[in-house]
Amino acid sequence: MIKNRDTRLTIWLLIPVVLVLVAYVLYPSLRTFIESLQKDGTISLGNYQDFFVQESKTNLEALWNSVYISILSVLASALIGIPLAFIFNRYDFPGRSFFSSAAILPIVLPSLVGVMAFMFLYGESGLIPNAIKDLLGLDKVPFKIGGVSGILIVHAYTMYVYFYMTVSAAINKIDPSLEEAAYNLGANKFKVFWKVTFPLLTPAIVAASLLVFMISMASFSAPFLLAGGYRVLSLQIYFSKINGDMEIAATQSVILSIVSIAFLLFMRWYQNRKDYRMASKGIGAHRSEVKNPFIKWVMAVIGIIGVLILLLPHFTILLLSLVPDGTWTFQTYPTVFNVENYRLLFEDPNIFKPLRNSLLMAVIATLANLVFGVIASYVLVKRKFIGKSFVDILVMIPWALPATVIGMNLIFAFNEPSVFSFGQILVGTFWILPLAYFIRHIPLVVRSTNAVLEQLDDSIEEAARNLGAKWFYTFRKVILPIIMPGVLAGTLLAFIESVGEFPTSVLLYTIINRPISIEIMNQFRMFNMGQAAAYGMIQITLIVIVLYISNKFFGIKAEKAL
Amino acid sequence: MASIKIENVQKAFGKTIAVDSLNLEIKEGEFFTFLGPSGCGKTTTLRMIAGFYYPTKGVVRFGDKDMTRVPPEKRNTGMVFQNYALFPHMTVFENVAFGLRVRKVSSAELKRRVLDALQKVRLEIYSNRQVSQLSGGQQQRVALARALVIEPEILLLDEPLSNLDAKLRDEMRVEILRLQRDYKITTIYVTHDQAEALSMSDRIAVFNYGVCHQVGTPAEIYNQPANDFVASFIGEINLLPVQVESVQPENKVVALKNVEQPVRLYVQNKTGDEDSILQTDDNLAISIRPEAIRILEADEDGMNIFKGKINSVQFFGSVVNVMVDVQNVLLRVDVFNTHEFGYFYQGKEVYVQLPEKQLRLIPVISGDAP
Repeated sequence: MIKNRDTRLTIWLLIPVVLVLVAYVLYPSLRTFIESLQKDGTISLGNYQDFFVQESKTNLEALWNSVYISILSVLASALIGIPLAFIFNRYDFPGRSFFSSAAILPIVLPSLVGVMAFMFLYGESGLIPNAIKDLLGLDKVPFKIGGVSGILIVHAYTMYVYFYMTVSAAINKIDPSLEEAAYNLGANKFKVFWKVTFPLLTPAIVAASLLVFMISMASFSAPFLLAGGYRVLSLQIYFSKINGDMEIAATQSVILSIVSIAFLLFMRWYQNRKDYRMASKGIGAHRSEVKNPFIKWVMAVIGIIGVLILLLPHFTILLLSLVPDGTWTFQTYPTVFNVENYRLLFEDPNIFKPLRNSLLMAVIATLANLVFGVIASYVLVKRKFIGKSFVDILVMIPWALPATVIGMNLIFAFNEPSVFSFGQILVGTFWILPLAYFIRHIPLVVRSTNAVLEQLDDSIEEAARNLGAKWFYTFRKVILPIIMPGVLAGTLLAFIESVGEFPTSVLLYTIINRPISIEIMNQFRMFNMGQAAAYGMIQITLIVIVLYISNKFFGIKAEKAL
Repeated sequence: MASIKIENVQKAFGKTIAVDSLNLEIKEGEFFTFLGPSGCGKTTTLRMIAGFYYPTKGVVRFGDKDMTRVPPEKRNTGMVFQNYALFPHMTVFENVAFGLRVRKVSSAELKRRVLDALQKVRLEIYSNRQVSQLSGGQQQRVALARALVIEPEILLLDEPLSNLDAKLRDEMRVEILRLQRDYKITTIYVTHDQAEALSMSDRIAVFNYGVCHQVGTPAEIYNQPANDFVASFIGEINLLPVQVESVQPENKVVALKNVEQPVRLYVQNKTGDEDSILQTDDNLAISIRPEAIRILEADEDGMNIFKGKINSVQFFGSVVNVMVDVQNVLLRVDVFNTHEFGYFYQGKEVYVQLPEKQLRLIPVISGDAP
């Protein structure tokens, strides 16, 4: 019997947390690993041998392609994100604060819908190339995106935000007196930038690069719609599964997981390393006002054009959603606009059902995320126990694992009865998708809760205990109300991501729980663009509402949790 | 109200021993202070009394009850935290009411007691404010009211004034003392500020490196420090390493170490535990407070009078600090400003007297004593 009551409480809280993590994170990963060792009914490394030495080299090629695209995505995102961060955080000009918040707009675009919008804007029959063709009287469209260039453009558009946000935060943390000290010692602007400012930003740039690399390694929606014949690993897993080559799919999953987890560990190591963070207190904003009126207006105009480009995909979706199906076939531009698609969405039960499914499953998954996230985060932040970093890594694994891999893991773990599914086969049932959404968003909710709990001084809890409150009472009346805003911001974000989730959905859905993203894809494939866009608009609206609520009522920048 | 007994307590965090073989007895209604530099174990001891830490060894008693392993919520102590730890999502009233709600006090009585407590700290008009709208001193008073309203047996104050500016600190010092006398409550006060400790406490325990060096009234601690750490931590002191030459009925003769010519001093002050001190005769020092040393214009008859030269003079207003060089030993002498101190200047030759009753023979424990 453990004498110390607090230790006992820690153990009671830890048991469900560890159980959930083992059952739904560790066990499925292990199942995939075991599956990858099966070859013709015996245990061997044959699948791995095939992967690396196979004659056609398709798998190896896919792995290299993934790495290649990821490196290019990092470069492209950095080239957009870092200069923008500098312009918006170092210079003051008309409309600065508006543009700086507009710069995170790409987040307000679910990946699948975003790719669709890009195809409509810049693809073969896209609006922009055709508009240019008509304006200039050309015979052919001047450019079109597709294949590698398409994937890259979509990646750069969505992922530069990570560079923009991390570098902005780092710029604002730099103590201006450091640069002033360098000027004072006689350095010129160029020297100050390369010798002082840039080195101070390196940690943020490295962190953002690792993050973007991981995200593009895992990227599924963009290659899925744009790749054509180009192979990337995340997509290969899907094709192997569709073709029924489960052992190969497992092997591909394991290899992609190893790359991702290696990156996760590297990132953790890098961030925990003692670096030269700013110790100075009370650093104020440090922006030089642009004095020259000409440059001032040029910057503002560039800003406006930039925002328009950023917003174009959203407008495209809105526009498409207003075009009734069957009215835009051979014409270059649509001619009929009305709200027919929205009417159908809410009146035709067949069209409404995917929306209902998605909302229902997202609610279930998010409630589970909320309960699990709060308990797990409390134990991780406020309690001491042996093996904490192990639990911490388990919590982060679903973040590092590509969604496709999580989907495959679940297939391998729950296509047969197991203790963790209460003896049921989950694959092919309604419950597998909420479970997948839950697993996918464990890290998001835990991390956003960690952030608020770390802010909460331990003495608050001690004060309540000292005044006679038992732990549970303290938790309910003191800790929960204080951390709730932060927790809800993270949870709402998990909710909207669940509503639009595509990669695990496409692996796990059945006809009864067909979610909105699958329906978007189906409509898209049947060229019912209007209906697909109407679904997309619902998602965009949900996201806008959530970001607005988080900012307005919780005073929290929800996007930070990303 | 209760007395507190700490018996042979040790607290270890892993391999670090934060508090070692501690024995203390705090009387009912006493204002007792734990004084020491940061990391000395004073807060650890307080937290063992509050129940946030359990001792590795030893027993904590309130009265005769063994409280060693009782959880904090069952101890009925009222604690004021260094950062106040007010609940940010509650109003002033709700903060103060929290402990009473936990105790399921009826709503009429709850309201009466909360308002009464708020009145005692003169905050009744702020009862519906959010705590974030209050100033530092007001937040401090809410924290006090919250701790006192539950009528705790013991009031625990963990450096409560360290976040306030100097003027507010003086005000709150008076306020805390007034409340303590009002409620007649056993109080433990943790601080690293010797002025707070000396001016507020009935008794003080001086800590360093997890060990309690001395327990006594402020006057005892100041006038009769137990060793060189206590002597130099509290106030200014002249510490001179010495060797005992002879012990006579009415005084002891000691010789200064590390000086070129032999200097003999006569010490008459009673030390606490003379025999044991004299046995450690290798590591002894005499201590004397700067204000106890007399500066003489000319040589006089008497004990312990030496010729010296003024090395520097610093003016502090009420006090003038004169450093006197006696055979390459620098003595700090504090002289009251009598508005005619012009005769102290650098390089002047003077005589100093170290009155034998003011000299105190103490053991040197810190190793690197002067």
